[in-house]
Amino acid sequence: MQKQSIFQSKLLPYLLVAPQLAVVLIFFYWPALQAVIQSFLLQDAFGLSTSFVWFENYVELFKDPAYFGSIVRTFVFSFAIAVSSLSFALLLAVMADKPLRGGMLYRTLLIWPYAVAPPVVGVLWIFMLHPSLGVLSRYLRNMGIDWNPLLNGDQAAALIILAAAWKQISYNFLFFLAGLQAIPRSVFEAAAIDGARPMRRFWTVTFPLLSPTIFFLLVVNIVYAFFDTFGIIDTMTRGGPGKSTETLVYKVYSDGLIGGNLGSSAAQSVILMGIVIVLTAVQFRFVERKVTY
Amino acid sequence: MANVTLRNVRKTYPGGFEAIKGVNVDVGDGQFCVLVGPSGCGKSTLLRMVAGLETITGGEIDIGGKIVNQVEPADRDIAMVFQNYALYPHMSVYNNMAYGLRNRGMAEAEITTRVEEAARVLELAPMLERKPRQLSGGQRQRVAMGRAIVRQPKVFLFDEPLSNLDAKLRIAMRVEIRKLQRRLNVTSIYVTHDQLEAMTLADILVVMNGGQVEQIGNPLDIYQRPATTFVASFIGAPPMNLMPLRSDELKSQIAGVDGAGIVGIRPEDFAISNETVAGGVALGLTIEAIEHVGAETFVYGTRQREEQGVAANPGDLPPGEVIVRVPGISRPVIGERIRAVAPRDKLHLFTADGRTRLGQ
Repeated sequence: MQKQSIFQSKLLPYLLVAPQLAVVLIFFYWPALQAVIQSFLLQDAFGLSTSFVWFENYVELFKDPAYFGSIVRTFVFSFAIAVSSLSFALLLAVMADKPLRGGMLYRTLLIWPYAVAPPVVGVLWIFMLHPSLGVLSRYLRNMGIDWNPLLNGDQAAALIILAAAWKQISYNFLFFLAGLQAIPRSVFEAAAIDGARPMRRFWTVTFPLLSPTIFFLLVVNIVYAFFDTFGIIDTMTRGGPGKSTETLVYKVYSDGLIGGNLGSSAAQSVILMGIVIVLTAVQFRFVERKVTY
Repeated sequence: MANVTLRNVRKTYPGGFEAIKGVNVDVGDGQFCVLVGPSGCGKSTLLRMVAGLETITGGEIDIGGKIVNQVEPADRDIAMVFQNYALYPHMSVYNNMAYGLRNRGMAEAEITTRVEEAARVLELAPMLERKPRQLSGGQRQRVAMGRAIVRQPKVFLFDEPLSNLDAKLRIAMRVEIRKLQRRLNVTSIYVTHDQLEAMTLADILVVMNGGQVEQIGNPLDIYQRPATTFVASFIGAPPMNLMPLRSDELKSQIAGVDGAGIVGIRPEDFAISNETVAGGVALGLTIEAIEHVGAETFVYGTRQREEQGVAANPGDLPPGEVIVRVPGISRPVIGERIRAVAPRDKLHLFTADGRTRLGQ
């Protein structure tokens, strides 16, 4: 690969990357810096006086049991969303990978939900599972389940996980399908001749060969569950009932914008930023280098 | 150990395309059967039907006295070597070979014995712990062979196993496969498009074209007595010269041509001579191209004062062109005029449609 610069002028390359750099600086580094600065400040409710308090916002945060609750909740959500959407997407991909009549239609329909914006996903699931509006809620109640996610925190959490996982299935499906199609057919045929029944074939051949894809998607899904579920939570539960669906990201929003506690909100943002950096590092470290088998 | 018998086997795809149009083949116990033909002739499809990877839409496939049409590939007691080897990339060489045995619930001690024996035979012992991607093409090919051997199946199936190797290795592996098959004495079916591979490996050669069997037999018999013009031009390199008997010049030379429309002459059956051969053929040629192979030389000549040749099949001679083999020591010159003669008993006569051989 050619690594040497082919530019005559020294200025031109910088000029060419300048627009991109400007976008990153203005929309990422500047607000990030603002958040870091803000996290060291304490402001009164009306924004009239501001004082520099060092790490007090962080200390307060870590003394707050609600924050720990939110951390645990976020991890539980991420894990549940990632595992359920990954496994369901894998199941669908394995089924769609077979030669099917109308396979293209089936695949296209499965990919569609990815184009739906998270808040719309929230609304969609409300229509289905809202205690009084939802079409499915009636059946649940007829089955003897006391379905009311507006009051029951666990049910609300389940609802969020369901909606968020559903939204992510398309994305995972797409990657799994591509991963499956990259495996030569003859490997499966060899396994069939080697006496491996479909279930065993899946666990001993398909699954290990997909492990790079699975790992990549795991990281992507965790990042998604951490950050991109905001829209779904906001439309469906607004973090409630109580705080039962308040994830770290939603807490940043409700503490800062609704609660007006900008210092604490900024400190939480900085912590989240740290988590993103760690996840990205993990992704680069293991995914870019490719999980080899 | 088993016979493999195909009885009127057919394959029609849902779209209506008929890939296999009724094939009858009988492979005896321990025999090496080679299916050969141009791409798209259905030879791989037929092999995959024997393996159970393709459904059979008509006829019967019988392995060791049992009709296997509805039997799963795993239960047919066959082993297959694929063109791309189809090794499990995430497993070591050892596990690649052991996989099929483990699936059948064999004791680990017995697996070790078998894998180590196969590795010794195939000279893979030092690389049992390696992954397939750490092996060369030839080594991967041997692992694929090993995976088939350890199973000790009734039948080996080979789907163009050598076509991904370079020319030198291909010849070496060809000999190895033959030796191995003789020693293990396992019935084998081998698919190739390479007529040389087919000739050298086969006990029984099956020449296929367009989903049908053109000829079945011993390779030398097929070479010496091709049943159709397709077989005549497909088996043998360079191909047999096929000339229509439209011209009076040729017709008058050949005695007893009743119904014959095409005459075929192998390049090596020509001699450069001025003599007349009773009942044979003499052609006046102008040399257009020369190929020196070393031991022999192929002369490409156009016939003087002649009409068009037959070019019904791919690989046939361009119209009017004739290939003549001469000894390597002779030095023909381009533009030179020569006279090539072939005796009567070296002529292959076919009907005008090329589907039927006449005489001999």
